[in-house]
Amino acid sequence: MRRGMKSMKFGGLAAASMLLLVACGSSGGTARPTTQQPPTANMKPQTTIGAGEGQLNLILWDGYADKSWVDPFTKATGCKVNQHPAGSSDEMVSLMKNGGGGQWDMVSASGDADLRLIYGGDVKPMNVNLIPDWQNFQTYFKNPPFNTINGVHYGISLQWGPNTLLYNTKVFPNKPTSWSVIYDPAYKGRITVPDNPIQIADAALYLSKSQPSLGIKDPYELTQRQFDAAVNLLKQQQPLIKHYWSLATDEISLFQNSDVVVGASWPYQTITLKAAGAPADDTIPQEGATGWADTWMLATNAPHPNCAYLWAKWVSTPQVQAEQALSFGETPVNSKACAVMETLQAGSCAKYHADQTSSSYFSTIAFWKTPLATCDDGTNNCVPYAQWVAAWTTIKG
Amino acid sequence: MSIEAIRRPRPKGAGAVPFSGFLWRLPWLRPVLLLTPPLAWFVVIYFASLALLLITAFWTINPFTTQVVQQWNLDNFRIILTDSTYWSIIGRTVLIASLVTITDAVLAFPLAYYMARVASRRVQTLLFAAVLLPLWASYLARVYAWILILNHDGLLNWSLRSIGLPPANIGYTNTAMWLVFSYIWLPFMIIPTYAALERVPESLLDAAADLGARRWRAVRDVVLPLVLPGVVAGSIFTFALTLGDYITPILVGGASSNFIGNVVYANIGIANNVPFAAALTTVPVAIMVVYLTIAYKLGAFEAL
Repeated sequence: MRRGMKSMKFGGLAAASMLLLVACGSSGGTARPTTQQPPTANMKPQTTIGAGEGQLNLILWDGYADKSWVDPFTKATGCKVNQHPAGSSDEMVSLMKNGGGGQWDMVSASGDADLRLIYGGDVKPMNVNLIPDWQNFQTYFKNPPFNTINGVHYGISLQWGPNTLLYNTKVFPNKPTSWSVIYDPAYKGRITVPDNPIQIADAALYLSKSQPSLGIKDPYELTQRQFDAAVNLLKQQQPLIKHYWSLATDEISLFQNSDVVVGASWPYQTITLKAAGAPADDTIPQEGATGWADTWMLATNAPHPNCAYLWAKWVSTPQVQAEQALSFGETPVNSKACAVMETLQAGSCAKYHADQTSSSYFSTIAFWKTPLATCDDGTNNCVPYAQWVAAWTTIKG
Repeated sequence: MSIEAIRRPRPKGAGAVPFSGFLWRLPWLRPVLLLTPPLAWFVVIYFASLALLLITAFWTINPFTTQVVQQWNLDNFRIILTDSTYWSIIGRTVLIASLVTITDAVLAFPLAYYMARVASRRVQTLLFAAVLLPLWASYLARVYAWILILNHDGLLNWSLRSIGLPPANIGYTNTAMWLVFSYIWLPFMIIPTYAALERVPESLLDAAADLGARRWRAVRDVVLPLVLPGVVAGSIFTFALTLGDYITPILVGGASSNFIGNVVYANIGIANNVPFAAALTTVPVAIMVVYLTIAYKLGAFEAL
């Protein structure tokens, strides 16, 4: 049925829309998607990588295609890399859909976008045999549930990491130990958080520890009561916010100009600020952190599939995995990257936990995923993502 | 018309060349041929897209895949009308657009008056270039320039500190948006006001003086009423441009600085909820219809 909807175009016949109306009445889009077959599941991935097409169009997170590993790639393959940085997973999904897939080749999607892209038919299966380094991936990241469905791979795992608490070391001589600082009226007008509805999960994670009576177990599966509590917390936070940042570079300039002193961030901002000599550092507070696990996914109508495979192959090599991990401050999925990280920066393998994904550290991170109406226990009491987006507008006012 | 037809020596007398003769015999054909392409363009491209927008507003999306579901309903409008968040966003947008328009009108009038009626030809040319010069630079560059001025460690606070005053915290606030918008759209107010002022005949001012009116009286009772349509024409630009903007709120706005455009952008670019964005877009369209009706009554379109 979802495929039927996809084939519907603007200006379809009235009769067809009536049929659709009847067909949709019962579902409401809340069915657990994993019971359905993704629209592109039967597309056979290519079995060889041909000559590069000369171009590669990527939708990615800020900092995911640094000159230091893009230039050698272009030199070796002749594929010119065109980048379009996105500020949120939603923006990535939206770009992939509205580009019709004919414009973009790959997207560095996080776990909360993956299923929407797969079930929306925007990405297609990839052949992991064409990526030699896939064999060296940490076991979990070979077939993680967010990009592999019924044994079909819809992308190549890339890196993972936490969303951190960034602070000004002059204002906080001691590391803050709790996320409570970003809800503290003492820092009114000097706080920044991402302009992203998934931020509601960060509030829920904080509430799961500060208000155990709410009974929040998974910050992405919230009952109406838990959801309201998180939204309420963020509404109280709103007057304290200086600016909701959209791109990593926005947050960097906010810290550099002393407009803010504390905020929710990625490790990338910390590394960039430190490199620029700004008094900034980050931490994972005692409540734990939300985080991401990213995947390079191939657009269904990718115009340059060979360059895309060459790119996926390139970024999976231990050298590039290590370089990206250190440049962004995240953890590579290739187990061989650890040794390279050590040669680039001693002690970095342990620092970013690249040696142990089964450890307790991995389990303290609540990885981004798409909130669905169906909770994990099978009940239908959870608040779906569409309501998160609507609530985010009312939070920001 | 074939090449032969042009090259052949023209016989004497009208109507001898086949095509023009055809037009001569059917006088209504000429305007029809002349007007069809632009009118078709206008109807197909302009009205069709607006109509599609309006239709989309009555549809909805599948919340998981965000595909458009062509299911007629009024939910989008119901949400906009009942949720106080959208009222406050619409209110903020209209309020700032109005403040920017008033600010620009007040700033533009003296300058335009000086340019049109006082300045020498040379100074007039110089001022004209100065007014238009910022339009040559990118919109983004001009907004970022203001961020550099207004942010915490920026030029404004640096200047205030060096003369011993406390810093002003207007970076990332609605005040910052008002300042930046007023700066960016000012040329669009100055030019129509200048054009209107230049058209006020000198003889009317002489007559006012002959009848005993002092300079200020003449400005108030003769110049202002004649220039008002020009100012209103300029206000259409400043008001409409502010009403539809979403870049300045993203860049210099604070925590509570969403414009209608930002919510439209968030719904298309982030949530992929095109039907809701379309419903919200009808709000500025309605506001502009009201505004243009008032402007028409004030005679603004005679000054365009």
